Amino acid sequence: MEVVYILWLRQLKRYVRSRSRIVGSLAQPLLFLVALGFGFGPIYARAGGGNYIQFLAPGVIAMGILFTAMFSGIEVLWDRQFGFLKETLVAPVPRLQVMLGRTLGGATVATLQGTIVFLLTLGVGFRPTHVVQLPLAVVMMFLTAVLFTALGTAVAAVLEDMQGFQLIMNLLVMPLFFLSGALFPLAGLPRAIGLVARIDPLSYGVDGIRGALIGAPHFSLVVDVSVLGVFVAALLAVGSYLFSRMQV
Amino acid sequence: MSIISTEELTKKFGEVTAVDHVSFAVERGEIFAFLGPNGAGKSTTIKLLTTLLTPTSGRMEVAGHDPWRESAAVRRTFGIIFQDPSLDTELTAYENMELHGVLYHVPRASRRSRIEELLTFLELWDRRTSLVKEFSGGMKRRLEIARGLLHHPSILFLDEPTLGLDPQTRNHMWSYLKDLNAREHTTVFFTTHYMDEAERIAQRIAVIDHGRIVAQGSPGELKRQTNTQSLEEAFLALTGKTIREEGATSLDQLRMQGRLWRGR
Repeated sequence: MEVVYILWLRQLKRYVRSRSRIVGSLAQPLLFLVALGFGFGPIYARAGGGNYIQFLAPGVIAMGILFTAMFSGIEVLWDRQFGFLKETLVAPVPRLQVMLGRTLGGATVATLQGTIVFLLTLGVGFRPTHVVQLPLAVVMMFLTAVLFTALGTAVAAVLEDMQGFQLIMNLLVMPLFFLSGALFPLAGLPRAIGLVARIDPLSYGVDGIRGALIGAPHFSLVVDVSVLGVFVAALLAVGSYLFSRMQV
Repeated sequence: MSIISTEELTKKFGEVTAVDHVSFAVERGEIFAFLGPNGAGKSTTIKLLTTLLTPTSGRMEVAGHDPWRESAAVRRTFGIIFQDPSLDTELTAYENMELHGVLYHVPRASRRSRIEELLTFLELWDRRTSLVKEFSGGMKRRLEIARGLLHHPSILFLDEPTLGLDPQTRNHMWSYLKDLNAREHTTVFFTTHYMDEAERIAQRIAVIDHGRIVAQGSPGELKRQTNTQSLEEAFLALTGKTIREEGATSLDQLRMQGRLWRGR
């Protein structure tokens, strides 16, 4: 247990110490909030959707989590480059514990990042309607964070080097985000897009966070938690396996 | 009884054969030097023995287990000081030590005093709260050594441990290791480019070149075999005088990219 804890703590310390990274990774969510939120706001209202910032804010929180979590997972590649990975790979501890410590650490960091984005959304006028459900929103954020940290780790365990990193961003992270219902309602979509959105695990993360913060989830919170739970379990298993086969 | 043994151990990376039918044995409690020019296959052999690489063919055994198939059992028996950096530079010296202590199950009660003892020994105690990224190359090296000695395994692998250290620290480190070897019968398996070091410390030596073992024996035996006066001359007689190039590996390219990405 102490092994998981110390690796978790390591991720947290690294996060707190890299202020430039924290601030830098807030720029993108803020841009999305301001540009899309205020840009599409009037059209969204005219179309009868109501306040777009209210709708968009949970999606942007999920985006902050997605990016930070995937990045935390992919950080395994940095550890490989800078040599620290060897230190954990030769240690007499089960790979599952190493994977768990890293993943929980990365997920905690992503959840913290999501919380900061949440505070930003308050600044641009977002008002959660279910304040008592804030803890539930944090649970949803954490589940989403664990899912994508595990996914990032699994991907990094397969990638040989940084060459594939840009590819992953363009072919995995961006589609996950844009096809998730973070930016638009899932109701009444063309069949194909609707289907893709249903396969995208981030849809359930966005829906869970949105459901907890402003009510009216597209699926239902039970469905969201179940789908996220299944993905988390599967990715942790796959990630641990791939991680255990890593060579340096 | 041998604590480390290999039989026809071979590792190929694509077309390149890094380790070519290598057979040797190290006895329990022995100080064994594994010598060879750059790119001869020393580090690859160590990676194979320490569960980091899967062999292409051949057999190997460390403390009675196969490093690849029974990696968990093998990992409980050894400690290692790597040739290239393996510290977390975003953590402090103390935090690096502590993390290692947890990973290697050093009991909490003795962890702090062991860390203090070793950091003091390698003259880093005053800098224990500094981030490793602020350290000079020599300090990082010393920290790697302190960390590798934190727990007391039955086998210690040291891959060019003294590279970039001043003679004082080198002396210090070797007397510590000889003492450890005498007191706890720790088997020491090391590589080095300092032949005087190998001649002085090692009880037995294997020389590897182009992935093959070209000679084995005590320093005296190697000198007799080659009819030379010093181990340095014996080494040159065995491996020739041409300079070897390691070439930019994919790992080096990776490091460059990493720096670009970090942008800090």
